[in-house]
Parts: sequence; C-alpha cells; structure tokens
Amino acid sequence: MMTQMVLRRIGIGFATLIVVSIIVFIGTSVLPGDVAQIILGQSATPATLAQLRSELGLDQPGYIRYFIWLGDMASGDLGTSKAGGASIVSLTSGRLGNTMMMAGIVSLISIPLSVALGLWAAMHPGTWLDRVITFGTLSTISVPEFFIATILVLVLAVELHWLPAIAYMSGDETGWQLMKALAMPLLTLVIVVSAQMIRMTRAGILNVMSSPYIEMAILKGVPRRRIILRHALLNAIGPIVNVIALNLAYLVSGVVIVETIFAYPGLAKLMIDGVQTRDLPLVQACAMIFCATYVVLILIADVASILSNPRLRHPK
Amino acid sequence: MIFLRSLAVVLLRKWYKTMDKLLEVKNLKISARSDEGKEIPIVKGVSFDIFKGQVVALIGESGSGKTTISLSSLAYTKPGLHFAGGEVLLNGEDVLSMAPLRQREIRGSNVAYLAQSAAATFNPAITIGEQVTESAVLHGILSQEEATKRAEELYRALELPDPDRIGHRYPHQVSGGQLQRLMAAMALCGRPDLMVLDEPTTALDVTTQIEVLKAFKKVIREENAAAIYVTHDLAVVAQIADYIVVLYSGEIMEQGPADQIINSPTHAYTRRLMDAVRPKPGAGQGVEVSGEHDRDIPAVEVSKMTAGYGGVVNGEPKVTILRDVNIKVKNGQVMGVIGESGCGKSTLARVMAGLLPQAKGDVKLEGDKLQGSLHDRSLEELQKVQFVFQMADTALNPKQLIGDIIGRPLEFYHGMKGSEKHRKVSEILDMVELPADFASRYPMELSGGQKQRINLARSLAASPEVMLCDEVTSALDSIVGANVIKLLTSLRDKTGVSFVFISHDLSTVASFADTIVVLYAGRVVEQGPTDEVLTPPFHPYTRLLISSVPELRLGWLEETMEKREMAVGISKGVEITSIGCPFYNRCPNAIEGTCNVKNAPIIELNNGHQISCHLKLTELNDVEESTNAALSASESNNVVSISSNWDKS
Repeated sequence: MMTQMVLRRIGIGFATLIVVSIIVFIGTSVLPGDVAQIILGQSATPATLAQLRSELGLDQPGYIRYFIWLGDMASGDLGTSKAGGASIVSLTSGRLGNTMMMAGIVSLISIPLSVALGLWAAMHPGTWLDRVITFGTLSTISVPEFFIATILVLVLAVELHWLPAIAYMSGDETGWQLMKALAMPLLTLVIVVSAQMIRMTRAGILNVMSSPYIEMAILKGVPRRRIILRHALLNAIGPIVNVIALNLAYLVSGVVIVETIFAYPGLAKLMIDGVQTRDLPLVQACAMIFCATYVVLILIADVASILSNPRLRHPK
Repeated sequence: MIFLRSLAVVLLRKWYKTMDKLLEVKNLKISARSDEGKEIPIVKGVSFDIFKGQVVALIGESGSGKTTISLSSLAYTKPGLHFAGGEVLLNGEDVLSMAPLRQREIRGSNVAYLAQSAAATFNPAITIGEQVTESAVLHGILSQEEATKRAEELYRALELPDPDRIGHRYPHQVSGGQLQRLMAAMALCGRPDLMVLDEPTTALDVTTQIEVLKAFKKVIREENAAAIYVTHDLAVVAQIADYIVVLYSGEIMEQGPADQIINSPTHAYTRRLMDAVRPKPGAGQGVEVSGEHDRDIPAVEVSKMTAGYGGVVNGEPKVTILRDVNIKVKNGQVMGVIGESGCGKSTLARVMAGLLPQAKGDVKLEGDKLQGSLHDRSLEELQKVQFVFQMADTALNPKQLIGDIIGRPLEFYHGMKGSEKHRKVSEILDMVELPADFASRYPMELSGGQKQRINLARSLAASPEVMLCDEVTSALDSIVGANVIKLLTSLRDKTGVSFVFISHDLSTVASFADTIVVLYAGRVVEQGPTDEVLTPPFHPYTRLLISSVPELRLGWLEETMEKREMAVGISKGVEITSIGCPFYNRCPNAIEGTCNVKNAPIIELNNGHQISCHLKLTELNDVEESTNAALSASESNNVVSISSNWDKS
C-alpha cells in the first residue's frame, strides 16, 4: 500500500510538471511580440521577420513547437538564449549554483534553529520567551521581505557600515569576503523563512500536546522533554516537514525580491533579466527549473510524511 | 495449640494487611476558574480511604467529579482545574503538596492510570512494547530486558494473542478489546500499588467487556493491587468492586461495602441510579403498538441488499460490509438493530439514508424504490428519511443558534419563513421537551442530553417518515439516556414516525423496540418482534449477546465466565466470510463441514420471527439446557478452585 502511495505521488509530481510546462509555454507565447521581433528590433521588415522566424522555427504551429521544446528540455538541452546567443545551460548553471549555495546555507542555519525554537516555545507555552518568539515570528510573517531587507541595509550598511549593501560577487573572493558579501541576504532570508517554520513547529507540537496519549504519558510520569521529543514530535513530523519543504522551495524560486535588492547573481535575478530583455527561452527555462524544484521538494515532504505514519508503514 | 496460634497469626496478618491504608482522601476540594476569575467548585470536600488489595468504585453521572477525584491520586488535574483544598495521602504522604519532580516519580510507579479509550491513549507512532515498558524503565524500577519480560508475562496473564510478538506491533494493528487489555499491561508493568481505572470498559461491546473485566479482575487479584474503578455502570461495579462511593455533583451521597450499596442502598440518589439500570433483556419487554399508524406497506423495506466500500466489481464491493440483508420497518414502529462494533449497523443506516449506495438489492420507501445515492433522490424522499448522528457535539454547528439549526430543515423542506418558522421551532422544541427560549442559545451552552434532544429536533423538523438513530444514547449517562429513550417512545406514539434505532446495547434496544434485527458480521442472523427474539429459540449469537449483558448482582461475572468457557470462542475475532455461517468460528454448536461451507437456511417462526442457522429448532431451544447442565457441573469445580486459591495466599 505504501509503495503504491509513494508511486502515485511521484506520478502526480510528473503530471504537475507537464501541466506547468504547458502553462509556461502558452504563457510565454501569448505575450505580444516574439523573439524575432525583439532580435531585429527597429530594423524589422516583414521579409526579415519571416526569414528569422523560419530560421528559429517560429513559423510552425504552437503544439509542434511545444513538443520540440519539451523534448529538448527532457534531454537536457534548454536551448540558446535568443538575446545573447549563449547556451542557456551554461547561463543558468552558474546562477543556479549561486542560488543553491545561498539556499543551502540558509537552510542549514534556519531549519535546526526554527525546529529548536519551535520546540522550545511549545515546551514552555505562555512564558515570556514564548511570547517574544510568537511576537517576533508574527511580525516577520506580516512584514514583506523587502521591508526587512531595507531595514537591515539601513541599519547594518548605511548606519553602522558593518556590511556591504549589495552582495556582488566577482568569483574570486576569499572566504571572509564571500561571507561578508553574503551576510546581508542570508540574514534576511533566515529571518523570513524561519518565522513560518517556528510557528508551524510550535503549532504542530501544541496540537498534538492536547491529545489523550500525551496526557497518558504525563500520567505515566514521563519527563516533559521526552514527552515532546519522543511522544509529540513523532506525530507532528508530517506538517513540520511540509512547511520546511515549502520554505526550501521558496529559497530557490521565491527569492526574486531579495536577490534583486542585494543584486545577488542568482537564478531568480537571471529570470528577471530574461523578462526585461524578452528572452523568452531563458524565462521558460528558469520557470521550469523553479517548478521542478517545488515539485521535487514537495514530493520529498509527502513521502516523508507517508513514511512517518505507522499506519501506512505497518499495515494491519 | 500450635495450630491455633499459627491460625491466629495468619488471621492477624490478614487483618493488618486489610487495615493497611494505601490512599486517604481527606476533604478534597477541586475548583475551576471561570473567565471572570470566579472560583467554581467541582469537587466539594470528598473523603474516603482505600486499603491495600481493595477495589473502590467511584460511581456517578458525568459531571459528578468522579474522574477528577480519581486523578487527584496522581496529583493531576485536567487543564483548567486546580486543587483548592484537602489532602490526598498515598502511603501517608500528601501527593498534592509534593514537589513536581516527586509527583512525576509516583506517576506510573506507585499509581498507574487506565483511560476510557485505549485507542486514544496509545501513541499511534510508538510500538506497543515500548509504551508498555516505558514507565517502568524510566522510573528505574526494571531494566529494559526485565520490563520486556514482565510485559510478556502480563500479556500471557491477560490472555492476549501472540505474547512474544505483540509488543513489536503498533496500536492500530490490534483490536479495541486487545488494546484495552494492553493498557492494563501498561499500567501493571511497573507493579503499582494503586491503579486508577477510568471507565475502562464503557466503550466496549458487551462480549468484549466481559473478557476485559475478567482479565482485570484476575490481574488485580494476582498482583494484589488496589484500584479505583470509575464508572457510571452499576452492573459493572457489582462485578469488580469491594467498596462503592456514590457521587453526585462533586459530593459523596453514600459510601459503603459493595454488597451493602448494591443490596440495600440507603440514599435516594443511589436508588435512582439503580432504577436507571435497565433490566436484563428478556421476554415481555416489547411494547404492543396500537394499530393506529399501521399500514400495509412497510415504511422502509430493504431487500437482498449487499453493500460495502471500495469500487464495485460484478455487484461485489471491494470490501463487503453487509451481505444479503432483508428487513422491513413497519409504519410507526421502532426497529432495533444490534450487533458488535464492525458488524455493519451504521453501514445499514448509511445505505438507507443514501450516504452509501448499495452494490446489490433494493431500498424501498413506502413501496417506492429509492435511488442508491443521495444526489439522485428527490427533495421529498430526502425529507422523509432523516439521520440522527451519534455525537450531537459534532453534528451540531457550534456557530449556529439552536433556532437556526432547527429552522434550516423547516425552510429547506417546507419553505417556512419568518413568524411561521419561529412558531414551528418553538413547537418542535416543545416536542423534545425543551423550553422555547433555547432557540436563542448556542449548542455550547447546552448539556449533553439537551444537545442530543436538539439533534433529534433537527431531524424532526423535516417531519420525516423514518428517523435513523445511530447510537444516539451511547454517549449519554444512564439516567439521561433513559430520558431520551422515553422521549423517543412518546415521539413515536405522537407522530407515527418509524425509527431505526441502532445500538450495541441490547438492554436499551430491548426496552423500547418493537422489532429487533441482530446483525453479525454484516448478516442478519435473527430478526422478529422483540418478545420473540428475546425468548428461546435463540440464534447462538443472540444467546451470547444476551448472556453477556452484566447483571446487577455480585458474583454474576464468575458464573457467566463458567458458562462462557463452555461457550467457546468469546475471545475469537469476528470474521467476515462470504461462504458459510459467519458465526462459525465462535459458535459452541457449530457443525463442521456444514456451518463453514453452506450458508445457513432461514428458519421461519411465529410472527415473522426468523433465525438463520443450520441447527434444528429443537437444538436452538435445547442449547440452554446443555449449557446450564455444564454450568452446574462446573460450579462445584469452581468452589474447589477458589478455596485452593485461598490456600496459596
């Protein structure tokens, strides 16, 4: 039964990717003006346009272009950037690396931090530290990330001059310089993603804490720490893993604003640039990478919550 | 002389032992604090003692404070409550004033708790073995190996299947009755001095209840543990308690030795409690109905119906719950449906209501075929069949006023509005014996019994032909439940509505149903007028059900267990089969080669009484005698075995 469920989730994941690819393709096709127009710009005449279109394969019907595009993508060929002529794989790989590095560092810091803080808050509900945590997380959730980023820049860069205001990277920084360059966006992202994860961990644990089996554990004389870590956490893993996955996905694809504010050369920034230059193949490729990340992470979370459920792991 | 002296010593020791006070509850007061900060007393100065090896029962209705008092021995209150005074001395030490760390130490090691629903109190994500041994190991009473060994011994003593491996399983992998016994193992593992048993058999079927009671009684005696037994069921108390404390609204009404309270209660409230205990189901209980509402066509007729869950392939659902069911509900009558949990009672109601389309067969309403699915039924058909759910708490929208809850069906089915609707709501409230101003209240402000009345009123508002009542009294106390039954009876007489009354409690059904349908493993094994069903000839399963209903007298459990030993497999699980008689594996009279391979024929008796069995009619009448003969034979053995037990201790 469990294998069946996991396989089904994987199937659904694939289906989602296909649906999204159709939407992305249609979405970028209905935009006014095509690549040929953009490349030729002011110098376009109907004749040159037609010629370039047939060179680029743009004169074929939409669904054929879709399948060609999908086939290329499946075989790892993301196409060439229509603007610069460079291969999109080479364009995105470096940027993807940067984004992944940022996401990796942020998750290494924020996941243990949030789970620990969430557990701590759940263990001591109503204490002043719990209130501070609740207040802090609620405020950061309700404030947009650009605001947090701006405040950080104002305080740490403009007023205190501790950190550079942008995270520009030339590629040959030393470790320390790299750290300094990354510190500001890292801090912003850690604050933004942790808030939700802390709240979810706290809520998930507290929700389980009102179940009869927790009362039973108290009446068995089980110490509070063990009640939380062994009795409650095991039953709260599902929702916690899911919110972690959502936040990780956000780190890869939703950081557009943060990357833009700090001029960090990540994938999201690349996509924004692609939109500005009307480089549709690049935008399509980025959109698909983001989507795939989402699907994979949510899939992992789903599978993890299936695995954490003993009813599915050990059927009758 | 030496003999006499040793006898004196033995007697003195026994006396000392019995005089050993284990728990002293002195003037205990527990309060809640309202939102405005006002103190609301819940327990108002309660005092009683428990001696070693003694079982003390706390009885009373919900709200009497019995669970709250029992939890004080663990120095615990439910959230929102606090100790407001008094002492609870465990071995002379006040548990209420102990340091929290010391309180944690006594929990699970000195005092152990068993809750009402084992299914909810076992952690679903941890193996049974770990949970059973956890407390003993954490308190340093036993090492993990010793604890595991002790757990296995307890599994054996509690007659659990596969004692070597059951500890490796997860709670969802064992049955409800097994889980209840596993909870006893969990409580006993650390050899506590005192066990607190909080309604441990209330949620169980009668046949399972007997098994669990027997197991509890045995281990309590073997371990020489003392126990607080919390329940509202006097008949159960009579089987297990040495001493009874009767509570009402946080105060003790009466306390004394079990035989005194049971046989000669002095307080009026105790007598009221005794009156609410329904008589053992037997002949003469069926109510004769006047022919006033009688019509030729039955209100509901179900014929050759098979239903279940999962997709239907060739007329067979993936999981078949009900098989080949034929029943008729006459106009203005109550049809009681009884059987153990999982036998398909609720499924039957769901099929009639159109919540679950049947795979095969027909459901007819006043002679007209009903569509299987709710969505295909007309408004009029929907209005005529109404469902009353078990839990009023979850069936009533907490954000809606009672007036809106009752008004909705009036508006939906009858198009009533404004003052007309308003008047009708008052009328319906009056029918369920509630004041009209309840219309402007929220469900939260009502008691359990009142909520159940609103739940009934909501269905009544549709003016249905048939009301499907699914365990509507099961969650209520005996006195409140008895009043709801009275209400249902008067509704039937006044309105001529037909009822399908589903319950696992045979006594309740017997007290007011006109006809009874006995379901076993999804099949009708016996049906007919109440009187006929409750008198021989019986289907062997009906006999088992009737004899499992506890009687309000001391010693009933022991007697019945002897009968039961004879009656084979009470502890065997229900098997849903497609071929043969489903009761085959538990039937004391099963004929191998017949019962397990051929579907049982239907024996037609008087007044539409039907029994589905391979046995001959004379045999169905006879089994009683043979069982009784065996019983009286074993009774003499019983006496011997009890006295030999005494020798050992």
